[in-house]
Amino acid sequence: MKPVEILVVGGGPAGLCAAIQAAEMGSKVLVVDRNRALGGQLIKQTHMFFGSEKQYASTRGFDIAQILLDKIDQMENIEVMTNTTVLGLFEDGVATLEKDGKYIKVKPKAIVVGTGASEKTLAFPNNDLPGIYGAGAVQTLMNEYGIKPGNKVLMIGAGNIGLIVSYQLMQAGVQVEAIVEASPTIGGYLVHASKIRRMGVPIYTKYSIKEAIGTEAVEKAVIWQLDDKWQGISGTEKELEVDIICISVGLSPLSELLWQAGCEMKYLPELSGYVPARDENLQTSVKGIFVAGDVSGVEEASSAMVEGYLAGMSAAAYLGYSLYNTKELREDLLQQLNSLRHGPVGERINKGIASILIQSEAAASTEA
Amino acid sequence: MLESTGIPTQQDIDGVFPSEERMAKGPVVIVECYQNIPCNPCYTACNTGAIKEFVDINDLPNVDHSLCNGCSLCVSNCPGLAIMVIDITFSEEEALIKLPYEFLPLPTVNQVVKGLDRGGQPVCDARVVKVINSKALDKTPIVSIAVEKQYAKAVRNIRMGE
Ligand SMILES: Cc1cc2nc3c(=O)[nH]c(=O)nc-3n(C[C@H](O)[C@H](O)[C@H](O)COP(=O)(O)OP(=O)(O)OC[C@H]3O[C@@H](n4cnc5c(N)ncnc54)[C@H](O)[C@@H]3O)c2cc1C
Ligand code: SF4
Ligand code: SF4
Repeated sequence: MKPVEILVVGGGPAGLCAAIQAAEMGSKVLVVDRNRALGGQLIKQTHMFFGSEKQYASTRGFDIAQILLDKIDQMENIEVMTNTTVLGLFEDGVATLEKDGKYIKVKPKAIVVGTGASEKTLAFPNNDLPGIYGAGAVQTLMNEYGIKPGNKVLMIGAGNIGLIVSYQLMQAGVQVEAIVEASPTIGGYLVHASKIRRMGVPIYTKYSIKEAIGTEAVEKAVIWQLDDKWQGISGTEKELEVDIICISVGLSPLSELLWQAGCEMKYLPELSGYVPARDENLQTSVKGIFVAGDVSGVEEASSAMVEGYLAGMSAAAYLGYSLYNTKELREDLLQQLNSLRHGPVGERINKGIASILIQSEAAASTEA
Repeated sequence: MLESTGIPTQQDIDGVFPSEERMAKGPVVIVECYQNIPCNPCYTACNTGAIKEFVDINDLPNVDHSLCNGCSLCVSNCPGLAIMVIDITFSEEEALIKLPYEFLPLPTVNQVVKGLDRGGQPVCDARVVKVINSKALDKTPIVSIAVEKQYAKAVRNIRMGE
């Protein structure tokens, strides 16, 4: 069995920051990611990020990933395994990893889970036709492989991801015929909505897809208006000639490993699905297992990074490591999370977190 | 309205435009950021103090147009592409508008393009005066266009190829 001090599952912004912070405090870290490259969602994001300077605001997503990866490269006590999936976290503390069909067992002393979130799907007639993608798949095609997915697209969902991916599709030369959104209002940031609107793309709120039409692949999409009970209103149908339908109706936390490890879980709509109970230091109900980023509640890269630093700090502190200024650093991270979550969106997040927060003496552990 | 269409109302727009008096003095920033989101690079980019420090990062930007010199540093730093600079004194008939533009190909100087409004509808012709795409702008080029003064408040984007 491979000896490991801290296992970080997932190399997105949360996992990378956890690794950096834990390594800075002196612990040995193994970062495992199932993708071929580290960076998680960041490597697909070509737009500038929000937040403040501390979270690299106004820097593009893939550039933020590079900044974090450069730091990781310089740290000798971080080992990285890509193309490696963590299959199981067991109650006896053993983790199983799979790489190239081979299984590896490790027994870390602490674990930070930063597995992110997965895309939700949407049921409608013919949703299995070729040409229907999740927004994440479209981004991977365009921004990782440089492949234009088609010529005309209908985007379903006007949350930030739907809006941003629409914009990126336009930058790639794909025409966005329309964006439909079932809610009465646009869910994503209005600055994103406005920049798409002024390109001439209509955003239909209280609209959804009725069906996709096509024989071999998507040829048309039929959209219709929804009533107050979210039911389609017949007679309001519009036919759009599109060869791609892109679904972006939200993410849910990828929390299987936490279930398996026996963490206490709760369904919270504010955090987009089943999420682990955790204390202020991001330790779950299972001692030695910490969480950070979208897996603990779908939010943003900015907060995922801050949570990552905090979880990495807590994991290292759990093993007895500290820095001369651990306490100040921790205060600063909590302060950053607080200010990011101060707005209307953050209020919801805070409400969700408050209802699963574990109040424990462990919350004072990094202050020792 | 803005929440359901993505298009700010005339009232929204009037609320963020500087006074006629200030406009008449030369280039000035227009910050069209109408929603409380956790973001503040416009403040960090501005050297003149025209965009005030955020008390809470979720605040709307607080702009003192009298301190703005129209340098347009904030334009390419805003992740929402919500900022532009207008110089109503550009010439007798024309106003100059500096817009962030992240599409290829970039227009060329003297090219005549369509000026689009906030709904993406063409409202007038616009002549490209300058295109800056320096490294400092980090892939958010700034395109300066000249439009007839009466359209200065309506134009928010450009389209080529017509
Ligand atoms: C289109 C789009 C636009 C966005 N725009 C912004 C923005 O402007 N500003 C902002 O702050 N945020 C933005 N976000 C959100 C942001 O990208 C995410 O909140 C952030 O990436 C979450 O970080 P994470 O580390 O928790 O998860 P992720 O980035 O999803 O990383 C999780 C990683 O874990 C790996 N993994 C999962 N399961 C396993 C396993 N079992 N074994 C091994 N590895 C595993 C995955 O391969 C992945 O690399 C955007 C997201 C999208 C999709
Ligand atoms: S144009 Fe220049 S001076 Fe005016 S607000 Fe922007 S950065 Fe500040
Ligand atoms: S940088 Fe842009 S989006 Fe962010 S607060 Fe300033 S104006 Fe709004």
